[in-house]
Formats: sequence, structure tokens, C-alpha cells
Amino acid sequence: MAGRKALGHRTHDGEGTDHVKRSAFKNPWLPILLLVPQLSIIAVFFYWPAGYAVQTSFFLQDPFGFGSTYVGLENYTDLATSTNYLDALKFTAVFTTVVTFFSLGIALLLAVKADKVIRGARSYRTLLMWVYAVAPPVAGLMGVMLFDQSRGNLTQLLQSFGWDFTLGVSYWDTAFAMMTVSVWKQIPVNFIFFLSGLQAIPNSVREAALIDNKSSMGRFWDVTFPLLAPTGFFLLIINITYALFDTFGIIDTIVKGEPGNNPMTLVYRVFVDGFRGGDLGGSSAQSVVLMILVLILTVVQFRLLERRIHYT
Amino acid sequence: MTFVKTTAVAAAVSLTAVAAQAQTQIEWWHAMGGQLGETVNQIATDFNASQSDYVITPVFKGTYEETLTAGIAAFRAGEQPNIMQVFDAGAATVIGATGATIPVQQLMSDNGVDFDIEDYIAGVRYFYADNDGQMIGMPFNSSTPIMYYNEAALAEAGVTPPATWEEFAEVTGPALRDAGYIPLAQSHLPWIFTENFFSRHNIQFASNDNGYSGVDTEIMVDHPAIRAHFSALLEWQEADLFHWYGGGWSDNQQPFENGEVAMWLGSSGSFGGIQDRVDFPFSATYLPYWEAVTTEPTQTFIGGAALFAMSGHDDAENEATAAFFEFLTSSDVQYMWHRETGYVPITNAAYAAAADDGHYERFPAAEVGIQQLTLPAGEFTRGYRMGFYVQIRDVMNREYGRILTGDTSVEDGFATIQEESNQLLDRFARTQG
Repeated sequence: MAGRKALGHRTHDGEGTDHVKRSAFKNPWLPILLLVPQLSIIAVFFYWPAGYAVQTSFFLQDPFGFGSTYVGLENYTDLATSTNYLDALKFTAVFTTVVTFFSLGIALLLAVKADKVIRGARSYRTLLMWVYAVAPPVAGLMGVMLFDQSRGNLTQLLQSFGWDFTLGVSYWDTAFAMMTVSVWKQIPVNFIFFLSGLQAIPNSVREAALIDNKSSMGRFWDVTFPLLAPTGFFLLIINITYALFDTFGIIDTIVKGEPGNNPMTLVYRVFVDGFRGGDLGGSSAQSVVLMILVLILTVVQFRLLERRIHYT
Repeated sequence: MTFVKTTAVAAAVSLTAVAAQAQTQIEWWHAMGGQLGETVNQIATDFNASQSDYVITPVFKGTYEETLTAGIAAFRAGEQPNIMQVFDAGAATVIGATGATIPVQQLMSDNGVDFDIEDYIAGVRYFYADNDGQMIGMPFNSSTPIMYYNEAALAEAGVTPPATWEEFAEVTGPALRDAGYIPLAQSHLPWIFTENFFSRHNIQFASNDNGYSGVDTEIMVDHPAIRAHFSALLEWQEADLFHWYGGGWSDNQQPFENGEVAMWLGSSGSFGGIQDRVDFPFSATYLPYWEAVTTEPTQTFIGGAALFAMSGHDDAENEATAAFFEFLTSSDVQYMWHRETGYVPITNAAYAAAADDGHYERFPAAEVGIQQLTLPAGEFTRGYRMGFYVQIRDVMNREYGRILTGDTSVEDGFATIQEESNQLLDRFARTQG
């Protein structure tokens, strides 16, 4: 109920601003002219390549681009029947879920704890944010060193627990390394947002809650967490996108250019088949599938999830 | 993008303005990193110093796969280099694209450089040639898989390097294991245990003469001999006679250099690097074979890569490329390349020069690769030519990894490789139509 009311309220606001804007521009072409740079960037860098990918996905091309044959939907039916592609799809789902869950969960925990720190708060926060500056391939490279088969510190640590960890040999060990590095890399950005979200909660609300409930756990779940929901929803989208797309550099460095029997995400497969393998048609079909998945995901997120979020 | 392009064009224009007075500039994209890259730069510097008409600039483009990808993308954008290094698995792609390259044999004769394919070593001559025997790519870093061994470890275990896999399984392997070593590791399952496995035993690898005489090729990898070999690998792995460190090349080479692994199957081109790094005495010998499969083992063929002259450049630049190829194949340069890296010399003259200089008396292991390449040939020892082969190797690596980690059986793994490879070959054949 509350959500719907909030939504209605916003729509009304939207109309209001729209009206003001319209009256501000006397010449109807001016706003369009002002939008042209932005629109042309979107058209050239997003719609044109996307359209080209859709077109290419219906063709079979030789790598050097000397000839291409129209094959209709064959590139798509090949994907649907490839167990290997379906495996990548399953792995991507698991990878995205795990990375999103842990990078949000750990960041929230750290933010809640950091929020309580009074002395030296600034230094703690800066230290926790540092990792954000590390580029994904560098993060991947550090992962490779830490998880190295013979000399990796983390490998030795895991072995002392009796886990015979072998990066690049065992499928799930490699997956574990990819997920760990990806989570580690994403925690700082989540932390920054959660922390500012927490600090935006008014003290009066917290004090009122303290009178009602003595348990800090209970207060967190009943009051703080729902008030953080808008931040959380925003971060959820950011993190899913991150796990799907931005982890490419990490995965590439961890598999060291030899996909082999290592786990692969859908995005990495587009690269492997299209660039490494020279099969542009098949790779474009995978890109199109990916575009559709992202489209569905976005619609689902905004239609279903956002309605449950209460914006104050 | 536009900015980068403008800057690049501006830079190119200013460079050409300076160079136009006298010298022709050409560019060479290669995939030789580390110690190999330094030797490549040395060759380029020597070429530039040897004459004043041409200047070659070597550019390191990453791994073999990355170099090929970059070259194809550049070709499609009309920005291709004069010379591009393409590795064995990419050969079909680049040779199949008629018009993308100038056959090296033609380039040489067009520019008045003497060329006789018979000057080249037998195992090297026809791998990058078309079906009429015309050389398309100039073999550059030619290597072949050989077996390196730690002499101290073998002496400690009281064994000699095995000639056959039977000997390894019964004698060498167990003795080395009992002496506290991991007896065997290798660095490239598709290259060493597949392509060269077929060549060493003279078994047909693909239809159409291993793919040389047509594009409608079918791979014949699902053969009882190789299935038996992988079943043996599994047994050896179980018995601590063999260890697989994953698909990464250096992950498998490292333990040999650390002295944990006693025998390592790698490239003859790894010789220079190992020599720089290890402090124990090591040597090398031929790739073992299965006596149960053949009693007359045949030669292996070259791996590594070749240099292709890309089309779309003016005559002056092509002349410079031909001049560079002539310099590169001179026996002095070939001997220097061979001595520094361990890659085999590609001409008979360079091989003779190395022998005359006493190189093989000082380093017997350096001759193993070339000797193995000149072993008796067979019907199926020339090599292979298959399109989308980079992906086929990826399929092999994936299934081999699954076999060795117990995710699939040898039978299912090979059936999958055969099926998926043939789908890829069929796709490639249709792009060539």
C-alpha cells in the first residue's frame, strides 16, 4: 500500500516538473538540440553496435570478414542445444547469486560496525574503501598469486584446513577463487553506500526504537534494515550488473588465457568464442541472448522489487 | 575512439614524413614475451643496422591467441601490420583467408629473392604450405614437443630416460616415484598428447589428409590408441606417476624447474629459458611412444608459429618485408635464434652451421628437437590443417581437464571432443564456401 502511494506521489511530481519545463522553452527545438550530444553518444556507442550484433547473429562469417552467409536462427538453435552453453548459463546464475549475496552481506556488516565507531572513524573508513581503487585485472592477478598452486598463501592456508585446493585444476576450486576475488573487490563500493545510508537515518528514529526494543539485533531488522532498503535495492542492481559484466577482468586473469575446464560466465564466453575463436556469428548470438537477459532482469527488478521498497 | 584514431594518424603521418626521405617502415606483430621477446628485438635491431633502406618495428601483442585476434581485427579495419606471427592452431584460419596474406614464396620471387623450398628442413617445409606445396607462411619459431629430464633425479633413481611409454610405466616411473619425485608432467595436452601423439604413431588425425586437401574435413581424434593413452594417464595419476597441474603452460613447467618433477614434456623452444633458470643438470630426448601401437615410431611436426606477410601494403613495403625474410632465413640469424631460444633452425644451412660450430657437442639437448623432426616420416606426419582450431583445442582442453579430474570418462570425453570438433569444422567449412 505504502509503496503504491509513494509511486503515485512521484508520478504527480513528475507531471509537475514536466509542465514547468515545457513552459521554460519557447522554441521546441532548443531542448532537442541540447539533447543531441547525449543522444548521439547513446546512438553511436550503444544502439549502433547493439544493432550490428543483432544483424551479425543471423550470419556465419569467416574470421577475416571476406564473406558471410545468412543462416537464419541457426546460431541461436546451436546455443539452445549446446550443453556447454547451458553449463555456462548455470554457472553464471550461481556466480552472480553468490557474489551479489556475499559482497552485499559483508559490506553491510562492516558498515553497521563502522557506523558505531566514534574514535578514528575516518581512518577506518578510508582503509575499508581502499580496495575500490584496485582495477579488476590487478585484483585477478593478486588472486592468482594468493591462490597459486605451489606458493599461494591462501592455498597453503586452505591446505592447513585439509582442503587440497588446486587453482586451474578443480572446477569448483577455480570458481571459489573467482568468487572470492570478485566479492573482495566489490565490498568497498557497497560499504560506502551502506554507510552513508546508515548515517542518513535520523537519530530521533533510532532513539525511539531504542525505547521500544532493547535488542540491537531486533532493532536492526525492524527499523534500520527497512530504512536502508532504497540503498539496498540500488546496490542490488549495481552488484548484479557487476557480477555479470565487470568481473571479466578477474576471470580472464584467473583462467590465464586457457579456458580449459575452468568455469566461465556468459560474458567471458562471448569473448572466448568471438575474439579468441573467431566465430563472430555465434558470439553475436550470445551477445543478443545476454542483452535479452539483462532486459528481462531490469524489467523484473523495477516492476516487482521496487514496489516493495518504501522511499521516505 | 575518434581522438585515438586522429592521434594515431597524426603520429603515423609525422613518422612517415621523417621516414619518407629514405627509409621504408614496416611493422611486425609478434607474440614472443620474456626472453624470447628480447631475442626478437635483437633480430630487428640487427636487421635495421645491417642496411639503411628499411626499418622494421617489432610490436609485442600478447599471447598467440591475442596476436591473431588483434591481427584479424586490424585487417578488418584496414590497419594490418606488414608481418603478423600466427601460431600453428591459427594456420588454417589465416591460410584459408586467401587474399589476406601474400604467400611468402610469391613475395620472395616478386621481389627478386632466391627461394627454394628444399633449403628448408623436412619437418618444417610443408606445415604452412598450401596443398600444391607453395609456402604461404614463413616458419619462424619452430618447435616440437620433446621430453626434458632432470639428470640428477634419473641418476638417483638409477634409470635412463624411457624410449617407450611401456618402459615409463614399468621401470622409469615407479623408480622415480620411489626416489621421491613426481615422475612426469606435461604442458600442453592438445599439442603434445594429441596432435603429436598421432604423428609420432603415424595415425590419421583427420580426413582429407589431416585436412590439407580440403575444407570438408572431419576430425578422427576418437581413436583407440589415444583413448588407451588417456586411460594410462589416469592410472599413472592414481599411482603418483603423473601429475597434471591444470591447463596453464607454466603451472606445469614450474615444478620441473623446482626439481619436484623429474621429467617434463614441453617445447624444444623452452630450452633457452630452462637453461637460464635451473641449477641442476638437465637434458632432453624424444617423445616416448607406445610399443603396443607401433614399433616404427615416426617424426613429430613443428609447432610454434610462422610469419605471414599481410596484403594491402604498397610495393615498397612488400619489398622491405621480403628483405627482412631474406635476412631472417640467413644461416647466421637462424643459428643465433636457435642458440638463444632453442627453437629449431628452419634451414639445412643453419643446422649445418650450428653443428660446425660445435653447438650440439656443448648442448646435446639442443639438437633433440631437430633430430626428432627429421626422424622417418609417415603418411600422417606432416601436420594438420583445420579451421576454428583454436576452439577445437579449447574443447580438447576442457574435456581433458574433465577426464583428469574425474568429471567424465575417457570414452565420453573423446566422443564429445569428436562431436563438437566436427560441428566446428562443419561451421568453418561453410564460412569458406
